[in-house]
Amino acid sequence: MTEFDVASKQEGFGTEATGRWRPGLRESHLFDRNAIHEIHRMAREGIYDIRGFGAKRKVPHFDDLLFLGASVSRYPLEGYREKCATDVTLGTRFAKEPITIDIPITIAGMSFGALSAPAKEALGRGASAMGTSTTTGDGGMLPEERDHSTKLVYQILPSRYGMNPDDLRRADAIEVVVGQGAKPGGGGMLLGQKISDRVAEMRDLPKGVDQRSACRHPDWTGPDDLEIKIGELREITDWRVPIYVKVGATRTYFDVALAVKAGADVIVLDGMEGGTAASQEVFIEHVGIPILAAIPEAVRSLQELGMHREVQLIVSGGIRNGADAAKALALGADAVSIGVGAVVALGDNSHHFEDDYEAIGTSAGFYDDWHEGRDPVGISTQDEELAKRFDPELGGRRLANYLRAMVLETQTLARACGKSHVHNLEPEDLVALTFEAAAMAKVPVAGTSWIPGQD
Amino acid sequence: MSATAAAETVDLASASVRELNQRLHDAAGGGPAAWRVENPSGAHALAAGLDAELDVEIDGHAGYYCAGMNKHATVRVAGNVGVGVAENMMSGLVVVEGSASQAAGATGRGGLLVIKGSASARCGISMKGIDIVVHGSIGHAGAFMGQKGRLVVCGDAGPDLGDSIYEARLYVRGEVAGLGADCIEKEMRDEHTAELRELLELAGADADPADFRRYGSARELYTFDVDNAGSY
Repeated sequence: MTEFDVASKQEGFGTEATGRWRPGLRESHLFDRNAIHEIHRMAREGIYDIRGFGAKRKVPHFDDLLFLGASVSRYPLEGYREKCATDVTLGTRFAKEPITIDIPITIAGMSFGALSAPAKEALGRGASAMGTSTTTGDGGMLPEERDHSTKLVYQILPSRYGMNPDDLRRADAIEVVVGQGAKPGGGGMLLGQKISDRVAEMRDLPKGVDQRSACRHPDWTGPDDLEIKIGELREITDWRVPIYVKVGATRTYFDVALAVKAGADVIVLDGMEGGTAASQEVFIEHVGIPILAAIPEAVRSLQELGMHREVQLIVSGGIRNGADAAKALALGADAVSIGVGAVVALGDNSHHFEDDYEAIGTSAGFYDDWHEGRDPVGISTQDEELAKRFDPELGGRRLANYLRAMVLETQTLARACGKSHVHNLEPEDLVALTFEAAAMAKVPVAGTSWIPGQD
Repeated sequence: MSATAAAETVDLASASVRELNQRLHDAAGGGPAAWRVENPSGAHALAAGLDAELDVEIDGHAGYYCAGMNKHATVRVAGNVGVGVAENMMSGLVVVEGSASQAAGATGRGGLLVIKGSASARCGISMKGIDIVVHGSIGHAGAFMGQKGRLVVCGDAGPDLGDSIYEARLYVRGEVAGLGADCIEKEMRDEHTAELRELLELAGADADPADFRRYGSARELYTFDVDNAGSY
């Protein structure tokens, strides 16, 4: 091997294909092929990994809980005949115009910039078809999104990109974003390849810069300032619309109490499983707590303040189906919010695009480089040619179907527990399969009355 | 243009901030154009969210977010203001006769903010097109992450001026205690002298553009380069 060959081989460390197992070869649990690949990548690039999606590690989740259906001691409701209501009213505390959503599932904030304009439109179409709300994101309100969303929540983020009082007055609710589950304590990211002319103009940024948004709000610090800030937003909107406060799940008990004290109408609580369009992987996987652990802490905080159901609680983070939603509601949430699930429903990671995924070095089911803007499905991109692949009307129908199926699943479980409204689900309807889930969700291990930590 | 004796007067000794702002918002649909606010007593969110060519005089000190998100209106404060005066202003004119607390003009996207006294930390933080003229000095981290617009300081600037700045242009007459990451002094060309002269005139500041230095972005942190990691 010549000197040149050795040098180029070393340069290529971290890009080579991983090895194949044979009998007698033992892989290290700690230094497995992924860990070795990542060390090589770090050694080559000298920088953390940035990616989209959400936490991929296994954490205690709703799968670790089961419902106790009705039997002799409780009677169920007829699945197709007896009513099981799903409506949720948000913002009953202070807003003159609370909003009512027909289903207990909302669409989480995702920016134009992270997503293409047609994808944002599809989210609005799907949510509106099901009578629920969608949410803007770190990049301002897109006209396509406002036009196709009957109920639109306008986020106020630390960056304030595109922040505009006209949009504020056009919104059906306002969400002050303090943090998100994927990266509590971190700011938004949008790398240069996704800063197109339109994105740059909306954000008042030069085209093509790597945008690293602020992690703190520019004009308030701490709960006392937040209260004054919320007061200003109420004044600007004449106290019409609800004001939400969104936090990543960390010190949930205290954060919820402080948000209530600051005057929030609604708390949005995002667990560590929550999605992101672009974050450092170390942030995604290592900061924040699972939503399963956070909901009971939020509910305890609200109950102690006499504010449970008065200040509504929307939770998110890894919610995929009606079972996840029903369990979140049973733990005391008023509604759930979906981000990754909605993007997948639009077609993200579809095997129909396997050839395109392979061409960019990934595979359907694994694709998470949403920050690169090369999404073959046309969702997480600002490339006009790629975005054209995505049909917003079809996407909207797919999202509506997904939501419809989730609601039917939620109702199926609620009726099985004998509930005529999904909000009548309660922790008493749940048991846990693992000690960890039992301790976090504060429900007993199945077949016992044991809640670890409570005796 | 200043409010005359004919101005509609709201006395906050008896009326609430809510009543004041509602009347000012309703005035966008027709009604008095000149307003006078008495006994403001440092209340927050005074004249926030205006959306019409009103002329509002606040006769005393104002709290946080005075004239927040202003559009079209002229708001004059005959006193000091708290945090976030004219935050996210879109257009119009806000004049503070006294001094301003932190984050004056934060994230503003248009219009002119004039502070006749001094401003505290983070003046013009994340500014996105607003023009700010401070007759006195400013605290640390002025124009932090400033994206667009112009910040003029007739006095001195504190440490970390223009930290992580994008395309905002900064003019300082006095001493700069220190520049933040990626902020450098730049050549004062004719077009800069011209725009500075215009801003000083609009702000009623008696200063010679020739005495100012210009600062802006070196644009070295625009795309992340691992060799710059130590600069953050």
